[in-house]
Amino acid sequence: MAHGPATLADGWVKYASRWLFTTNHKDIGTLYLWFSFAMFILGGSFAMVIRAELFQPGMQLIKPEFFNQMTTMHGLVMVFGAIMPAFVGLANWLIPMMIGAPDMALPRMNNLSFWILPFAFAILVATLFMEGGGPNFGWTFYAPLSTTYAPDTVNYFIFGVHIMGASSIMGSINIIATVMNMRAPGMTYMKMPMFVWTWLITAFLLVAVMPVLAGAVTMMLMDINFGTSFFDAAGGGDPVLFQHVFWFFGHPEVYIIILPAFGVVSQIIPTFSRKPLFGYSSMVYATASIAFMSFIVWAHHMFTVGMPIAGELYFMYATMLIAVPTGVKVFNWITTMYKGSLTFETPMLFSIAFVILFTFGGFTGLMLSIAAADIQYHDTYFVVAHFHYVMVAGAVFSGTAAVYYWLPKWCGKMYDETMGKVQFWIAFIGFNITFMPQHFLGLAGMPRRYADYGLQFADWNMVSSIGAFMYGAAQILFLFNVVRTITHGKPVDKPEVWEGAEGLEWTVPTPAPYHTFEKPPQVK
Amino acid sequence: MLKKAQALFLRPLGAILALVSAVSSHAESAASQLNMPQGVTEVSQAAYDIHMVMMWICTVIGVAVFGFMFYVMYAHRKSRGAVAENFHENLIVELLWTIVPAIILIVMAIPATTALLKVYDTENADIDIKVTGYQWKWQYEYLGEDVKFMSELRTPQDEIYGREPKGEHYLREVTEPLVLPAGKKVRFLITGNDVIHSWWVPDFGVKRDAVPGLFTSAWAKTEKPGTYVGECTELCGSGHAFMPVVVEVKEQAEYDQWLADKKAAAAEYASTIGKQWTFDELMVQGEEVYNRSCAGCHAVNGEGIPGVFPALKNSVIALGPVVEHLRVVVDGIPGTAMQSFADQLSEVDIAAVIHYERNAWGNDVGDITQPVDVLNYKQAK
Repeated sequence: MAHGPATLADGWVKYASRWLFTTNHKDIGTLYLWFSFAMFILGGSFAMVIRAELFQPGMQLIKPEFFNQMTTMHGLVMVFGAIMPAFVGLANWLIPMMIGAPDMALPRMNNLSFWILPFAFAILVATLFMEGGGPNFGWTFYAPLSTTYAPDTVNYFIFGVHIMGASSIMGSINIIATVMNMRAPGMTYMKMPMFVWTWLITAFLLVAVMPVLAGAVTMMLMDINFGTSFFDAAGGGDPVLFQHVFWFFGHPEVYIIILPAFGVVSQIIPTFSRKPLFGYSSMVYATASIAFMSFIVWAHHMFTVGMPIAGELYFMYATMLIAVPTGVKVFNWITTMYKGSLTFETPMLFSIAFVILFTFGGFTGLMLSIAAADIQYHDTYFVVAHFHYVMVAGAVFSGTAAVYYWLPKWCGKMYDETMGKVQFWIAFIGFNITFMPQHFLGLAGMPRRYADYGLQFADWNMVSSIGAFMYGAAQILFLFNVVRTITHGKPVDKPEVWEGAEGLEWTVPTPAPYHTFEKPPQVK
Repeated sequence: MLKKAQALFLRPLGAILALVSAVSSHAESAASQLNMPQGVTEVSQAAYDIHMVMMWICTVIGVAVFGFMFYVMYAHRKSRGAVAENFHENLIVELLWTIVPAIILIVMAIPATTALLKVYDTENADIDIKVTGYQWKWQYEYLGEDVKFMSELRTPQDEIYGREPKGEHYLREVTEPLVLPAGKKVRFLITGNDVIHSWWVPDFGVKRDAVPGLFTSAWAKTEKPGTYVGECTELCGSGHAFMPVVVEVKEQAEYDQWLADKKAAAAEYASTIGKQWTFDELMVQGEEVYNRSCAGCHAVNGEGIPGVFPALKNSVIALGPVVEHLRVVVDGIPGTAMQSFADQLSEVDIAAVIHYERNAWGNDVGDITQPVDVLNYKQAK
């Protein structure tokens, strides 16, 4: 076996060099996961500022200008800094171990794609301390608010987005190369774990749409600094063009966030049901169809922009259809549990909550797809509630489930089950107190991104803020649980940590050694 | 026995009910609204109907799916001695759960299409009104009637920043509402002046983005006079939450009277434009206009927002020649957030605000800008 990783005992220079120059997929996975958690706490603290200001009508704590910076940064940091890197981190840790590969296919690029990320976010977050303040035009940064009317710091934002995009593209090329070339003998495509499948498909989505995002911000850059008029009506451009380009990226982006989450849940539910996934191949096909459809529904984000009716009808029909493959996935998870032998450890609790709350978000998504009704829902808190049900209860819950599920394999220690369950219940209840009332707020007429609101919305906003603080506290508990497990957890030494766990990652020793599968395993 | 039950059960229940109704009635009648309003137009009714249908379909499916899931979680748990079976894949089940939802969706597409066709039925309108979104107010222009005015938030900053108690209509009151006649089909031609806004009146079922450089149309027809409040629903900068839409629907006769009054007022204004204003009159008027239309960016104290919006206090423009000052306010500065106020403010208001900017916060140019100067500048172009 090659040399082991440097530890603190070797001196801090060697230890820091290990992390800076590492090409080991496990180290890089760990870096991604800690980075994304730091961003999650940062983005969460922005959300706390928002909810504190919205606790009561009137402006109490901050100015509307800063409120807009908070909503924008919350969205950007959560989407690009927390959720996406978290799943890349999981991919780094798990994909080589799941397909029996010694490492990722392109280890040096792997190092690069991680280490440019902290710089991207340093640039983005630094704008908050600059003259003019941070980006204040929403995470969807619609032109011309984000071009002609933006603060000068928008150029830093554009640069930051470019770096994030480069990181994502490199990360996904790496995943594609790994899955296509490094599978162990006998590991055919249709034997790959669902998590690998969902990530393979996600990686293709990323390679396809991140350049579109880069194109959008580059056109902004040209409009702002070089006198072009892509999005400026006064110069012959079109602000609506920006929305088409943005959502051609933006809609696949939401599936980029949720597909790996599907993969995680498809690993965890069979384990704690002690029963194989009900319809493996239909799950693969459903994932692929969702990915394909994500490319052809983008303008349902623009039902109020005044498209011709033919366009509205087409995007409405196409969007409604997504319910079919998504339904297939939900039915599959439930029939996997059917006649299993269920236990409810923390990862399973988070996964079941995922299925319930994601499905709930799917229902509101179906309602939103109906263009005539969407005209009333659009840009209200109903939409905010909808996408937090699918993003938070979807991506974040499944990410949390994944950490609890694989943590024993990563560090060789078992987390405290009681503490895990306490965190789950606080998070679950806090989440619902936060976002369920936002449906009512939206239907009653409260628009999103409002720094202040009329008195008729006061009650539910207060309830929502209380829930948000509760949900925020649950994340501190999560951090505590993870750190406590690493330092004081009960050691685990059997390879198969969970009774019903299947897959190659459960055949290597626990904790997983620094190098695994130097000789490829034989998959039957 | 019965008395005891009453004491144990009914009294606390009564207290809870009283509490709930107290909580929900402390704001307005809309306080406890949980659902989409049915509204007062054909379009809003259609949106409501399809919303309810979808919600019930989702509820029925949800109860069935989650019900089954909870049954499984109860019945097949290991602690009850459940032993896992090893089946997977079943072509018929999988086909069913693909085809049945698809059929439900196809059926749903029919009413969804009908409802959308109503939204787009903007032909044969009786009245055309151009709605323009500005940062952060709405302009309404009655096409062919020569009536045009701005509608901005009337709630004072002191209420927003908690220095005064909030009024009953907090953030739901404007300087001048849009007035419509009952029973007439009104077509809105919607556009934006600076950034994208979105004009929403929930009770009309009308929400349409106000995009600069693009005109789109929406419509409303209602028989019910009353006041309808809406919002801007597209993020448009720091005043996004502070540009409500208020619409008053009046009976035809009242509407005709209102329109006649508006025209008379416009004519009267035109005749007084030549009046000479005194220094102090202009300062009073200018401060009001400034705080309403300029302070959003340049701040009440004239210091702007560093790095975003320039200060006017001690600025080159405010202390320089008046022609330059007129040029900035009347024409705006292309490519920046400084828009043209030629259409937004009257000559009197522009004169007053320029006068104020040149003589407030320690700026001491001392000159007087008269409405007629503004008129001359506009005509000289």
